[in-house]
Amino acid sequence: MKFRKKNSSEIMEADLTPMIDVTFLLIAFFMVLINFTEVDRAEEILLPKSRLAIPPTVRPDYQVILNLDVNGVVKFGGQDFTNIDLLDSALEREKSAAQIENVQPRDISVIIRSHQDTPTGLVQKLISKCQQLGLENFSLRVKEQINN
Amino acid sequence: MKIRAKEDPNVKLNMTSMIDIVFQLLVFFIMTFKIVEMEGDFNVRMPLAAEETNVIEEVLPDLITVRLKVGAEGVIAGIDVDNGVDGDSFFENDMYTKLTDFVERTIDAEGDPSEAIETEVEFDIDYDLKYSYTVKAIESVSGKVVDKQIKKLIEKIKFKDNSQQGE
Repeated sequence: MKFRKKNSSEIMEADLTPMIDVTFLLIAFFMVLINFTEVDRAEEILLPKSRLAIPPTVRPDYQVILNLDVNGVVKFGGQDFTNIDLLDSALEREKSAAQIENVQPRDISVIIRSHQDTPTGLVQKLISKCQQLGLENFSLRVKEQINN
Repeated sequence: MKIRAKEDPNVKLNMTSMIDIVFQLLVFFIMTFKIVEMEGDFNVRMPLAAEETNVIEEVLPDLITVRLKVGAEGVIAGIDVDNGVDGDSFFENDMYTKLTDFVERTIDAEGDPSEAIETEVEFDIDYDLKYSYTVKAIESVSGKVVDKQIKKLIEKIKFKDNSQQGE
């Protein structure tokens, strides 16, 4: 008598449910952590560190982030300004945009992200340029150093 | 005769395409993920100095003048301090600690802690001094860490405009 081996036509399928569960969890984790506000930050700027600087808890009504590199180039709104004096028109635009949102120039929060090796004189020059345009609320941004 | 539709008990969804997309998403988020260190601020409120105002001498808040002197290659060489009553100069490695002590002494001399908040520090900084040294000085006058707690010292900080020095 001839025995025929039974050929199983069914496809073997593993139970994928736990893997899908874990994968979705991972996606949710990375989605929550992803930070799209990075666009305002220039990565090449190495901020000085400080133990006392406290991360802002409340976002200001209107903020302007000025990145100042070691050579005095200001990176602002995706543009590079090789000279601080060229910032006038861009800052004027920001002032107008703030006024549309009912924020006075003196209440605009100017966040200065300067490289740690930039001469302080350039930072002061940037501050006085902003002062001339009526801005007076400055924040010097630094990297938080964890206390030991 | 009653005909009963035969139900297949093993109906399975084809998951392949969904898993493909889910993995694509996962790879995207993993690749774009970056651990960002927290950033903090030192707030400085500096309105443009009013020119030639004829205001009668008001009682001005106490002012501590801190001068940061630059040495070779933008490194700090020394700190001069003056609170109107006495002054000092610091040069050694612990100059920032001494600056904090000086500020603390000045505030303690005020007596009333509420008035201490009103004390103002004006920085007079050489143009070429590297920004990290400036931040360290701002940190030294802003407060200090005592038993892992931050003790606040000065909140009002301003800069003397030395931006013309480099021209």
